[in-house]
Amino acid sequence: MTGFWALLKRDLTLAVREGSALGTALGFYLVVVAMLPLGLGPDLKLLSRIAPGVLWIALLLAALLSLPRMFEADHEDGSLEVMATAPLPLELAVAAKALAHWISTGIPLALMAPVLGLMLNLDITLTPALVGTMLAGTPAISFLGSVGAALTLKARRGGLLLALLVLPLYIPTLIFGISAIGFASLGQDGLSASLLILLAISVASVAAAPLASAAALRLQMS
Amino acid sequence: MKSMQTLTQRLANPTRFMELSRAILPWIAAGAALFIAYAMYLVFFVAPPDYQQGETVKIMYIHVPSAWLALMGYSIIALSSFGLLVFRHPLADVSAKAAAPIGAAFTLAALITGSLWGKPMWGTYWVWDARLTSVLILFFLYLGLIALRSSLEDEALAGKLTAVLALVGVAILPIIKFSVDWWNTLHQPSTGFTSSVDPSMRTPLLLSAIGFTLLFIALHLKGMQNEILRRRVKTLRLAEIERGDRAFSERVE
Repeated sequence: MTGFWALLKRDLTLAVREGSALGTALGFYLVVVAMLPLGLGPDLKLLSRIAPGVLWIALLLAALLSLPRMFEADHEDGSLEVMATAPLPLELAVAAKALAHWISTGIPLALMAPVLGLMLNLDITLTPALVGTMLAGTPAISFLGSVGAALTLKARRGGLLLALLVLPLYIPTLIFGISAIGFASLGQDGLSASLLILLAISVASVAAAPLASAAALRLQMS
Repeated sequence: MKSMQTLTQRLANPTRFMELSRAILPWIAAGAALFIAYAMYLVFFVAPPDYQQGETVKIMYIHVPSAWLALMGYSIIALSSFGLLVFRHPLADVSAKAAAPIGAAFTLAALITGSLWGKPMWGTYWVWDARLTSVLILFFLYLGLIALRSSLEDEALAGKLTAVLALVGVAILPIIKFSVDWWNTLHQPSTGFTSSVDPSMRTPLLLSAIGFTLLFIALHLKGMQNEILRRRVKTLRLAEIERGDRAFSERVE
């Protein structure tokens, strides 16, 4: 397991030292959300109603933007091949990289959402539900995304293809994330049910996605 | 089990598959034509209009088989992908590749016929109900499979990566199948050919489903044959180029 932690630490250190990837994702998130009132008009009632959906969709897009980097740099400089031949199973190496992606991208995006929520006139009592669902759902986004990133490693026009492959897989996360916030805004007790399903999706992705990603990576390196 | 194994093993030889499929394809195609023609005759001249839906119920005789084949197509792709990745069956990739566009076409047919029926019945072409949304996701998955395969130069690698994606997407199948039971939405639950449907409508629906399934199998077999032939042509061309190269270098020497 030391290899797992070492790899996690390496990826997190890289994310902090480079900084640009996280900055780009957060900047993209901010710009997409800021474009919306410009397109829809500054009607605060409308904005407050659609705010949770907008924040979730923009978060998916921002996370998607950072996915290709997950394996690309390591593939280019050959360290991915070293990881594949290392004693640490490639599945765990992929899990470490996806976990690093979640910590370095998913959590910051989820924590930034309430700030953007203020700009969209989101009901402030919904903020805990918003951040809670995003923290529960973003692991699925990072881990399912790792499958897409691994599959499109060598593809032509990989970035566009990645969106086509990964966004359909994100739809259940999006649906239950939004429905949890919907329940919270109505003051109903369906919140915990939706939140539990969201957690189930995340746990299943964390368990299954590294297998698929590692298989895809192995096929491309053999 | 042993006979099953020997059957799949015997089919692993593309030449034998070509012989066998050439022998049975005309029968399946003729069966598909007969079943569909008879079902359509029943639908348009015999089956009564529904007491609520009127004549629009006739759309169902196309819609239900298409939706069923959308799921069956994906199941075939998933099984073939499993066969490719686990057993390295030589025809599995051919089967997965041939099934993708056919399945996508039937998914699109199910979506279009459904929305044409939805306009007079529900008053709208589209609602974001669980069944409709999940079938739309299935359509996106099909597109993803086709796009991923076409984006890679190396055909063997493309086949295997597409197989990985197909197996990841399998998680969506039960969601589609049970969406109408799990969520209380606009799309009616499946009757599953039970007695709640009157025989005057059930019979043509069943015949139509059989006919379209045979049509799917016929198209799939034909697609597999074409793919095998395409790969042979490609191999021959490459061999010819190589021979030309060698002759050229010999002459230079």
